[in-house]
Amino acid sequence: MSTPRTSSVVRALLEAQLRLELRTFESLPAMWLFSVTAFVLFHFGLNEDSLSGNLASGVLWVTLLLAAMLVINRLYLADAEQGGFDGFLLSPADRGSLLIAKVLTLLFYLAAVELVAVPAFALLLLEPSLGQALPELLGVLALGDLGIAVIGALVGALAIRTQSRDLLGPMLSLPLLVPVLLCVAGATAPLFDPTHAGAIPLRLLVTLALYDAVFGLIAFALFDFLLED
Amino acid sequence: MYGKGLRPLSAITVAAVALTLAAVFFWAPNDAYLGFLQKIFYVHVPLAIVTLGGFVAAGLMAIGHLRTRDPRWDMRSYVAIHLSLIFGIGVLITGSIWARGAWGHWWVWNEPTLVSFLLVMLLYATYQPLRFAIEDPERQARYASVFAITAGAFVPINFLIVRLAPAYVHPRTLDNISGNLPGRMQVVFYLAMISTTLLWITLWKFEMTAKHVAAQLRQLRRLLGDEDDDVPARRSAAPSLTHAGSAG
Repeated sequence: MSTPRTSSVVRALLEAQLRLELRTFESLPAMWLFSVTAFVLFHFGLNEDSLSGNLASGVLWVTLLLAAMLVINRLYLADAEQGGFDGFLLSPADRGSLLIAKVLTLLFYLAAVELVAVPAFALLLLEPSLGQALPELLGVLALGDLGIAVIGALVGALAIRTQSRDLLGPMLSLPLLVPVLLCVAGATAPLFDPTHAGAIPLRLLVTLALYDAVFGLIAFALFDFLLED
Repeated sequence: MYGKGLRPLSAITVAAVALTLAAVFFWAPNDAYLGFLQKIFYVHVPLAIVTLGGFVAAGLMAIGHLRTRDPRWDMRSYVAIHLSLIFGIGVLITGSIWARGAWGHWWVWNEPTLVSFLLVMLLYATYQPLRFAIEDPERQARYASVFAITAGAFVPINFLIVRLAPAYVHPRTLDNISGNLPGRMQVVFYLAMISTTLLWITLWKFEMTAKHVAAQLRQLRRLLGDEDDDVPARRSAAPSLTHAGSAG
């Protein structure tokens, strides 16, 4: 039997993941609701009607990060509990393709959450208007999402078949995500400045891209060992 | 066999630590600004460097485990992380004391080394819970190795990134100690580096020996048909050497 092409395996896995979500709507509405609720919590917790600069960027990114935790915990749930891993391991497909499919799935979830969370944030809490900074913000979001997706896909697999996975997932991934948070929050802060004065620190984005790449390689090298039984 | 060389190593370590302490208290000059308090630097900095070195070494040992599937490598990596965690708590405490004395606060956020160290400790604090949450010893060892390698790579990268961050571009308060130390201070610092490294290695070897002796003892008991053996093994975060047969 010949080995199927990685790209077609990834596409099949991704399709299955998306179909599962679109049929059940298990995670997305919860993530949308969570992020809007978090903004409300921040409003009361900080006692501020509108935010700008560092504070706005921090609130947005911490909310996105915590919303991502919801889906990272569930990313491999069907595979672990309903035989997805077994089925995949029986197929001749390259194991790395599962990692790629999971990273793409997470990217889809994050993009879908941001589609609601970013406008909601702009409406509820953000002081300066978003319009001008939108293209740059999209770039930062993309790089940040990639980091969250890569680390989430690795840590999700590490935590899923443990007895306390709901706790271990966030405990393992949040420290690993602090450098991502540090870079994206720093890069977003000037975009949320009321005067739009500060330029986006390019060095942070390059650092973040390198971090994403390094952890992508680490995840790719180690993922096989998590699937062995 | 595992205790081989342990006695001379321990003697050298005790001598080195004693010599270092003597040098720190009686020979190294008092710092012009901080006075006596500066001497905690000879404990804090080597401890921190050795801790991080231990984490990285644990990652390399975990690579050995994944390549050879020899449970002894997992044991080495486990003991290294375990020991570095204990050393790390010492680093945080001595760092806090120093920060309080030098800057008047128990904790400062604008010192990138301190902040990076806290992140590393937060990550490694999940190592034992992760092991404990996996019952099958073979999978526990494998997953722990994946964690140890990921976290071991995170250690240097994290330090690099926190340092590169813009919030921290203002001049470092610690610049005076990182570069040009006066002659005597430098000698004492290197002495402290050597003795702390020796201390880590000796303790690591001690714990490895203890684990191996315990495993051998268990095996002998089993051969003798001891009744205690009927008691099912307690769920544990520590790797066991017996599941690989008599390989230990």
